[in-house]
Amino acid sequence: MSALIEIRDVSKVYRRDSIETPVLSGINLNVEHGEFLALMGPSGSGKTTLLNMIAGIDKPTSGQIRVGDTDIARMSESALAKWRASNVGFVFQFYNLIPVLTAFENVELPLLLTKLSKSERKKHVETALTIVGLSDRLNYYPKQLSGGQEQRVAIARAIVTDPLILIADEPTGDLDKTSAQEIMTLMQRLNSEFKKTIVMVTHDSHTASKASVLRHLEKGDLLPEDVQTN
Amino acid sequence: MKLLKMIFRNVFRHKLRTVLTILGIAVAVMAFGLLRTVVGAWGSGVAASSADRLVTRDAVTIINPLPLSYYNQIKQVSGVREVTYMNWFGGTYIDQSHFFARYAVDPGTFFSVYPEYLVGSKTLAAFRNQPNDCIVGSALAQRYNFKVGDVITIDGDIYPGTWEFQVAGIYKPKFKSTDAMAMFLNWNYLNEKVKQDFPGRADGVGWYVEQIDAGANSGDIGRRIDALFANSPAETKTESERQFQQGFLASAGAIISAMNYVSFVIVGIIMLVLANTMIMSARERTREYAVLKAIGFSGRHLIEMILGESLLVSLLGGALGIFLTYPVVESFASFASFLGADLFVQSATLLTAFAAVVFVGIAAALFPIQRTMNTKIADGIRFAG
Repeated sequence: MSALIEIRDVSKVYRRDSIETPVLSGINLNVEHGEFLALMGPSGSGKTTLLNMIAGIDKPTSGQIRVGDTDIARMSESALAKWRASNVGFVFQFYNLIPVLTAFENVELPLLLTKLSKSERKKHVETALTIVGLSDRLNYYPKQLSGGQEQRVAIARAIVTDPLILIADEPTGDLDKTSAQEIMTLMQRLNSEFKKTIVMVTHDSHTASKASVLRHLEKGDLLPEDVQTN
Repeated sequence: MKLLKMIFRNVFRHKLRTVLTILGIAVAVMAFGLLRTVVGAWGSGVAASSADRLVTRDAVTIINPLPLSYYNQIKQVSGVREVTYMNWFGGTYIDQSHFFARYAVDPGTFFSVYPEYLVGSKTLAAFRNQPNDCIVGSALAQRYNFKVGDVITIDGDIYPGTWEFQVAGIYKPKFKSTDAMAMFLNWNYLNEKVKQDFPGRADGVGWYVEQIDAGANSGDIGRRIDALFANSPAETKTESERQFQQGFLASAGAIISAMNYVSFVIVGIIMLVLANTMIMSARERTREYAVLKAIGFSGRHLIEMILGESLLVSLLGGALGIFLTYPVVESFASFASFLGADLFVQSATLLTAFAAVVFVGIAAALFPIQRTMNTKIADGIRFAG
């Protein structure tokens, strides 16, 4: 069985005016179905760039990125937007909830792009918020929630469409130790219980230790594999 | 519906800023409405002029009267159905600030040539039979609370002396554009008094107005009228009623042009006010828009959100501005009688204001839309605003 995510000879060069800055060079990586991969590396190592390319919000300068049966490196912007809507769930460092929407409405956002009826959407949202343990905070606005709760709403938003992969960029980077622990426990549960494939970027080794596979990036190169067991 | 809800909530995310923007737009739209109303009132004579009426005046200046004897000659011209004549009476009612138009008109023919002034038969009969009777417009009567039987005292200037006219009736305007602020006196009464006091000025007519056959060649008729009096001591100039009215406006042309110009500068100001708000809003939400794009919302969705927000603010401001225009115009009219016209908010003004508000709503959203569309998702998510 082939890997869920196949990255082949991916390079990324940023061009600003006449200056070219290579960020990634010749990356090869496989992420299996149900894998929880943590990407680590110092600032500027290219880990977020790689994550963005896996998520389809950035494109490689060269190489191939295949997710499932789709070569996302060659898709148009509009096709990528549709692809992301049904295949990718995002968890960001700063939660990025819409402040004028309640927890329920924030989680419902990705479902507005589907053909689900209002009652079906409600059911999905309530399920997602129950999984993250916030079924009693449906009508709370982000400012009425703690940082950990906001991140859990963000995770509910990421899983509500039952995407193929979860992309997490420093998901505990803005949280205290206890909240960070809760979030990582939840991420582990999503991976083990709900078989979600997760690709996470972090610079925190404790957070990274919760993943099943750990890879290091340095100056745009992916270091040899370092599989760890929990 | 969810999108509309989001737009509405986004609009009031910064309540003070939004309220100030709406108030700014409202004040600007109100100023626009007031200026357009005043410009419209100035040109109301042109708007109300009929295509089937010609005006004959002295070829050199309207100040020079024409002989009353021209009446019968003009009436004989082929294509002329009816002729009336009138004089500008002038004078002062109370003081200079209480200005309204006062014309001495031929009681026998005036209301046939001007059917847009609606007068009852009893009123007309009284006006024809009582020399010092007058007929006033409904708006004028309302402003000064004139009633039938009231005596209006005018301090004459062109025709010196103290003149007293009794209100025989009140005419109603047939159309919205018809002047309802005028006062019509009996030309025969004026002429009799002039004969006594200023015999040299008797039988002098300010100008003639010809009602011509529908579809008749007005230019040709005008030329034939003027030909009748060519090489006479009082040569004439005949033109369409519209040209005649425009001639009056020409003297105030620079002011009207300036007001027109300023009214559209106001549209530019509204646009800057709203564009400033929209740019700030879109900049603050750079990261949110990037997140929406990341989770699958298309460019069209974001355009709808930004445009919707911009249009909602501009329409709320526009609606408030239009609503405020009415009392402001009414209040302005009470001390702007120098215009001599009935000030009312024309539907064309409302439509122009509405179109301007929609235009501003769209234009103000263009830059934020362009910026949002050009921001890469990855850059947007990192945006620290």
